[in-house]
Amino acid sequence: MREPDSPRHLWRNPEPKKAYDVVIVGAGGHGLATAYYLAKNHGIKNVAVLERGWLAGGNMARNTTVIRSNYLWDESAAIYEFSLKLWEGLSAELDYDLLFSQRGVMGLTHSLHQVREGKRRISANQLNGIDAEWLTPEEVKAFCPIVNISPDVRYPILGATLQRRGGIAKHDYVAWAFARKADELGVDLIQNCELTGFELEGDRVVGVQTNRGPIAAGKVALCAAGHSSVLASMVGLDLPIQSYPLQALVSELLEPILNCVVLSNDIHVYISQAHKGELVMGAGMDAYNSYGQRGSPHVIEYQLAAALEIFPIFSRVHVLRTWAGIVDVTPDASPIVGLTPIENLFINCGWGTGGFKATPAAGWTYAQTIAQGQPHPLNTPFTLERFTTGALIDEHGAAAVAH
Amino acid sequence: MEPPRWHTNVLIPCPWCGDREEVEFRYGGPVPAGYPPDPQTVDDRAWARYLYYRPNPKGALEERWVHTAGCRRWFRLTRDTVTHEITPASDASA
Repeated sequence: MREPDSPRHLWRNPEPKKAYDVVIVGAGGHGLATAYYLAKNHGIKNVAVLERGWLAGGNMARNTTVIRSNYLWDESAAIYEFSLKLWEGLSAELDYDLLFSQRGVMGLTHSLHQVREGKRRISANQLNGIDAEWLTPEEVKAFCPIVNISPDVRYPILGATLQRRGGIAKHDYVAWAFARKADELGVDLIQNCELTGFELEGDRVVGVQTNRGPIAAGKVALCAAGHSSVLASMVGLDLPIQSYPLQALVSELLEPILNCVVLSNDIHVYISQAHKGELVMGAGMDAYNSYGQRGSPHVIEYQLAAALEIFPIFSRVHVLRTWAGIVDVTPDASPIVGLTPIENLFINCGWGTGGFKATPAAGWTYAQTIAQGQPHPLNTPFTLERFTTGALIDEHGAAAVAH
Repeated sequence: MEPPRWHTNVLIPCPWCGDREEVEFRYGGPVPAGYPPDPQTVDDRAWARYLYYRPNPKGALEERWVHTAGCRRWFRLTRDTVTHEITPASDASA
């Protein structure tokens, strides 16, 4: 396996051509993975990925890198487990050490309701062939010794779900690895290229307008996460999406101290230690719609209070940086992937707070959807039409924290 | 007494109580489309729009808030979703 190169040398920075078979809008993880699998699995290499800012500088740079597949419903379990299986081979596939570490994802419970929900989800996971187990408070302590399981706190730990195959990866490396491989296969990655409109012929999209001129396209595939509503509105397409700030923060660098990912749905925090040493923490969303990429301090205060209840040992740790990403949340907390009412326009959005873990599967299945003009079996349930038919996939309970 | 301005970056102008910190409020979301006047005649597509679709603009958004830790009254305002700048509604109680 090769050591990671400096990102400067990983891809060309070509000028946009006049026309492409497929134009992907958004060079985040999903857009880059989609481009890679279009070229690799379907031989479609005349592809551009347009990025308004710099490559992987949106939510790909802002997420907390948690990877797991322990979702409740069959539809979600299928696509997230497919993703986890792809993760397990991805460093070798992309010839780049992604620092994918299956250190285990533990979901603490602090209320009878969450205990029941957690055990129900474990049963559902096991029926879907996904590893899941229940830990008593003593087993929680044995698995992660710095967790405080004292009954003498405001929200004592009553047990936990554990997915041992869950973990984290280095988000930048994931983006750069997909970008390098896509570039090698002939995909043009075009940064500082902002979409300003669509070219339509009747109900068919035939190209895009950008700040660097018009680009003709056989197919256009949106991959813009929090900004999906903005792009879709340019072509008169409304989406059942609300964009919210989701805040995260990192501490100063510490010696290795936290050996797994810990989530708490009840008291709203998730925390892991990155390879470099910083504690990476995320929490609930801010309450209001925003594209501002910043949130309110009281949300951070709340998540730190929750973290200290679980880990009193971190009481003297300093916060180094805080930020927010704009997450695209659907009414059922499940993504929207597939065709749109506009011919040759495809959409991949609504992954909300959980898009990073889905990166390889989202790219794989979306690429097939684009190549074949019909949904992949794994993303068939996640169409835009489900909001009309009522076939929702309610995954609010399986989110890392209650959003 | 002036509320401590360092605590939050959104001060919400309650039409009855004045500027207060965000933590005193609950967000009511974008102003939704009204309930269909004749629900028996509405098709699935229109129901979907009523149930699940809300405005999500990058820019001015008309929305509802309730002053839960204050006067407990609902009101409307317009907030910029990028700058978070707030313009009170001319008829906030509507």
